[in-house]
Amino acid sequence: MGKRARRGAEGGCNGALSRRQALIAWGFCLPFVLVFGVFMLVPLLSSMGMSFTDITSRDLRTPFNVNIVGFDNYVTLLTDPRFHKALLTTAIFVIVGLPITIAIAMAFAVALNKGLKHLNAFFRAVFYAPVVASVVAVSVVWRYILQDDGLLNSLLAVFGIDGPDWLHDTRFALPALMIMTIWRNMGTLMIIFLAGLQAIPTELKEAAAVDGAGKWRTFTSITLPLMKPTILLGAVLISVAYLQFFEESFVMTQGGPLDSTLSAAYYVYQQFGFGRYGIASAASWVLFIIIAVVSVLQFRILGSDE
Amino acid sequence: MAEVVFDHVTRIYPGNDKPSVDDLNLDIKDGEFLVLVGPSGCGKSTTLRMLAGLEEVNKGRILIGGKDVTTMQPKDRDIAMVFQNYALYPHMTVADNMGFALKIAGTPKDEIRKRVEKAAEILDLTEYLDRKPKALSGGQRQRVAMGRAIVREPKVFLMDEPLSNLDAKLRVQTRTQIAALQRQLGVTTLYVTHDQTEALTMGDRIAVIKLGILQQVGAPTELYDRPANVFVAGFIGSPSMNINTHPVINGQAKIGEDTIDLPREAVAKLTAEDNGQIIVGFRPEDADLAVADDPNAFSLKVVNVEDLGSDGYIYGNIITDGSAAEASTMMSDQNKLTTVRVNPRALPKIGDTVKIKIDPTKMHLFAPSTELRLN
Ligand SMILES: Nc1ncnc2c1ncn2[C@@H]1O[C@H](COP(=O)(O)OP(=O)(O)OP(=O)(O)O)[C@@H](O)[C@H]1O
Ligand SMILES: [Mg+2]
Repeated sequence: MGKRARRGAEGGCNGALSRRQALIAWGFCLPFVLVFGVFMLVPLLSSMGMSFTDITSRDLRTPFNVNIVGFDNYVTLLTDPRFHKALLTTAIFVIVGLPITIAIAMAFAVALNKGLKHLNAFFRAVFYAPVVASVVAVSVVWRYILQDDGLLNSLLAVFGIDGPDWLHDTRFALPALMIMTIWRNMGTLMIIFLAGLQAIPTELKEAAAVDGAGKWRTFTSITLPLMKPTILLGAVLISVAYLQFFEESFVMTQGGPLDSTLSAAYYVYQQFGFGRYGIASAASWVLFIIIAVVSVLQFRILGSDE
Repeated sequence: MAEVVFDHVTRIYPGNDKPSVDDLNLDIKDGEFLVLVGPSGCGKSTTLRMLAGLEEVNKGRILIGGKDVTTMQPKDRDIAMVFQNYALYPHMTVADNMGFALKIAGTPKDEIRKRVEKAAEILDLTEYLDRKPKALSGGQRQRVAMGRAIVREPKVFLMDEPLSNLDAKLRVQTRTQIAALQRQLGVTTLYVTHDQTEALTMGDRIAVIKLGILQQVGAPTELYDRPANVFVAGFIGSPSMNINTHPVINGQAKIGEDTIDLPREAVAKLTAEDNGQIIVGFRPEDADLAVADDPNAFSLKVVNVEDLGSDGYIYGNIITDGSAAEASTMMSDQNKLTTVRVNPRALPKIGDTVKIKIDPTKMHLFAPSTELRLN
């Protein structure tokens, strides 16, 4: 480095100078490149490599026992009914959960977009709180709400309804977790939608009012179409999060009962726990491809005329 | 029938203690083009928005076609509005923008198409019907905003400075078109502008407003020929009126070293509060050069001359004690200089001292205390 710098100074020619500048630029980038390379790229690529081998936890001491098996892991996966079930559960989770989350977040955003300033700031904070709360901490509360003699069922009992044992019933465990996930993710979307709503000029709404549109008509004909880019952003963010649905299953049901809350990400985690690294890697790459495809599809569909 | 009546209308914005529109009484006749004009911040937009139903009325009533609409929603008032920034719906095509109101009203599709196409033809927009607003020029957007208003065939048109975003040439062109269109359609129109030329050229009548208070309503010539107070006198007309305060001595105004005759009945109306002074106004075209010994003329030291070919203008200071004084000059915008229109073939030179005689029938006299008209 010192030698190069001296040469640049002595020669004074442009080539050396720009080379030196490039070197300095790389120097500034180095910390990021190193961190990204070591902690992101290496695991990413090695997991891809692992997905084509039969590596298990036993092979860690005897790395030479690892064999390349081609697409065997992927074949195993695609014929495993549990993986199918995990994918189906994840799909249901996204297809049902995403629209509900968007609708609720939009409703809150619209409600908080007008009205009293101080009260709104308070409610914004309240609705955003679940996003920042630790899932482990809130799981305690939710378990208390959802257990057989919990808050929810006591409430239902008041109306004479005999509520199910939410977390231990195969029919209700997934909806229960869905509600909890929606509650946790709604705040993020709400803040994004609020920002989007505030970017819509009041003049347009006034023009619509003068044109004879009522509140609902103005919302569907003016506000929603203008919110499309914002909704697209929110939909992609949330569907990526939901496709990786894991934490709620992990802390509340461990994928049960009878795999009814077994998500794709939880399946990966389980395979990893069983020491089947090859299968786990393959499953996570399948999930990765699904996420990529879903995101591209959303941009295609929602962003069609831009 | 769509007469508009403002009946003692007051608007105080929350957080303000002074009204932005104060006790406004104004009638707009059926089919009339009324221009609301005044300086920035005087409450023009507020007045318009109250009529549209976009702003609450604190006191008084607003009637459209005899019906009290004071508390009615905008959508129920049957009015169309052209916004200053046009407020076109960016996600809709020009045709959809223009047809939106009809669609909401439940008009059949082919009827909407027919009316939109007819409006587009009038406004020369036919080839742009399938475009989005962002692919249009400023002038085209302005016409789309007009189109959106005229397809509705509403009771009242409201326009808030619709030309202020156009360049000067297009503005002159468009203002003629708008005025012609309004006369053709015969829809009652309230038009807001801060440009007095626009007001004079377009309106059937003009309402001048200042700090939320209506100053005068009348036909353009009425406002030009007989302004009710000093503000209207100074605001209407370009180049603006020369307005100065002068002492009254023996029923004559002392202008610099000279005195000029004043009508007796005007002088009689002066009160003790006026401190023996009078405000004399005259338009640049209502005075002329006089011979040196004319007893009824005043001296002006010429500091600038302009030759526009068709007209000549001289700008000067009134001479007091042999020197040019500026202290007594007020309210005229040519750098506080007195402006006189003269024959461009007989222009005096800069530095000359000339005698100026005001046409006595075209003199505007105001009381200094009230600033109201005396003659
Ligand atoms: N939303 C508001 N809240 C408080 N005061 C307001 C509000 N809107 C307008 N005002 C005040 O009311 C007065 C009149 O405003 P208005 O917009 O009617 O003026 P204008 O005559 O249209 O002016 P311009 O020619 O600049 O558009 C101004 O002094 C303004 O500060
Ligand atoms: Mg305005």
